[in-house]
Amino acid sequence: MAKIITRRRLLTGFAAASLLAGCDARHPVAGFLKSMLRFNERFEGLLFSPSRLAPEAPEKDLTPERAFPSYFIADTMPFPPAGWSLKVGGMIAHPGTFTLEQLKSMPRTDMRVRHHCVEGWSAVAAWHGLRLSELARAVGVDPRVRYVEFHSFDDDYWSSWDLGSALHPQTLLAYGMNGHDLHPDHGAPLRVYSAVKLGYKNVKYLTEINFLPTRTGGGYWEDQGYDWFAGV
Amino acid sequence: MASSVASKSAPMHEEVADPRFRGRRIQPLTIRLNHWLNVLFIVLMAGSGLEIFAAYPSLGPQGAKYGWYPWQGVAPPKWLTIGGWLAGARHWHFAIAWFLVLNGVIYLAYFFGRGEWRRRLFLPARDARNAIRMFGYYLRVLKTPPPVDFYNGLQRFAYSSVVIVITLQVLSGLAIYKPVQLDWLLTLFGGYDVARVIHLLGLVFIAMFVVTHVVLVLLHPRELLAMITGGKRG
Repeated sequence: MAKIITRRRLLTGFAAASLLAGCDARHPVAGFLKSMLRFNERFEGLLFSPSRLAPEAPEKDLTPERAFPSYFIADTMPFPPAGWSLKVGGMIAHPGTFTLEQLKSMPRTDMRVRHHCVEGWSAVAAWHGLRLSELARAVGVDPRVRYVEFHSFDDDYWSSWDLGSALHPQTLLAYGMNGHDLHPDHGAPLRVYSAVKLGYKNVKYLTEINFLPTRTGGGYWEDQGYDWFAGV
Repeated sequence: MASSVASKSAPMHEEVADPRFRGRRIQPLTIRLNHWLNVLFIVLMAGSGLEIFAAYPSLGPQGAKYGWYPWQGVAPPKWLTIGGWLAGARHWHFAIAWFLVLNGVIYLAYFFGRGEWRRRLFLPARDARNAIRMFGYYLRVLKTPPPVDFYNGLQRFAYSSVVIVITLQVLSGLAIYKPVQLDWLLTLFGGYDVARVIHLLGLVFIAMFVVTHVVLVLLHPRELLAMITGGKRG
C-alpha cells in the first residue's frame, strides 16, 4: 500500500529543488548562517557525552527491513570489488588492511537502536559488528588524532567525524543487520553504524578509514551544505 | 486608549487602577521590542520548520506511520517554506532558535521581574469566568461583554497559552534535535516520533493564534497602535 520512497529519490529531489531555487549547493552557507552553524557545532560538541548511550529499542519497535530506507549515490547498486579489504591509515602505529574475517574475529557488539535521518524520519534496526574503538585500539591511534575519515566504494561518498563520536561505544563497523550479514542495499560488506549520528554520517560500503589530526573537508553531503557534526 | 475588544461600554485598559503600573505605558518598550522581534523570529522558525517537515511530510516511524494522520506524504506548499532546501532550512531553524530563546528569556525576566504578570498572566481564579463570558459574547450567546480591566480573561488566556506553547516548542524541538544526548527530555515528550507530532501541533496552535490575533487586531486597530507607540501611560 504505502509506497516506499527511497532516500536516494528524496535527496535527488532536494538537489533539484535547490538548483531551481538558485541555491549554489557548493557555497550555500555564508555570513550570519555560517557563523551560527559554527556556533551550533560547538554547542553540539559540548552537548555530546562520550559515555551516554542511546537506549536499546524494544523488539516490537523493529522496523520491517523492506521499510527501512536505503540509498547510495552511485547510479547502480555498489558491490564490493573482488578481494575487498578495509584499509586503515592516518596517524596510527600500525597502518594496514583488514579482511572481513579478521574484523569478524574481533569482539562483537550487537545493538538495536533507533535511527534518526536528517529528513526527520526514524526507524529501528539491530546492528552487528565491532566497535570502532576496538579497531582504534588495535591500530594504535596517536594522541594527536582529532578526526576520523570514512571512505567508500559508493562513488566518492565519504564523511569525516570528530574522534569522540567515532570512539563512542555505540559506533560500530557493522557487518550485520537484523541477524544476517549486511545486504548490498544497506552497505555490504561493511559500514559505519552509530547511534549518535544522523544517518548521512554513517558511511556504507566502506573501503578506508583514516585517523587524522586535522580535517580538510566535511564529507559528501557536508561539503554541499549539510551540517558537519550532525550528532543526535 | 478607549478602544475595546468587547464594546464601547467596556473600554480596554481604562480601568487600570493598580498603582504599580503608574507611569508605565500599556505596552512598555521592552514588550514592544519583544513582540516585533517575535513576529520576525516566529515567521522564520515556522517557514524553515515547514521546509524541514517537507523532507519527510509524514508522521510516525518508517514502516509504522500513524494511521490517524490523514495527510501522510503531503508536503506543505513551497511558498510557505523558508530556506530553499533541507540543509538551508536547518541552518535557519537552528540559528534563529537561539534568538527566539534569548528573546523569550528577556520577555519572561521582564514579565515576572517588573510585575507585568499581574496584568497579563491568566490566573484562573480571576480570569476563567471572565474568559468564558467573553467567549460567549463573541459567539453571540451573551448580549453584553464581561467587565474588562487591562485585558479581558480570554485575552489573558490566549496570550498566556501562546507563551506556554512557544516554551513547549523550544523543549520539544530540543528533544528531536538531540534525541540521544537529551533522551530524558525526549522521554518526557513520549519518544522521537511523538515529540515530532507535538512539535508540529505546536506550530498548528501558533498559526491559529496568529490568524485570530491578526483578525482581532485589525478589528481594533488602536491595539495595534499601542504595540507600536506604547500607548498612553498609566
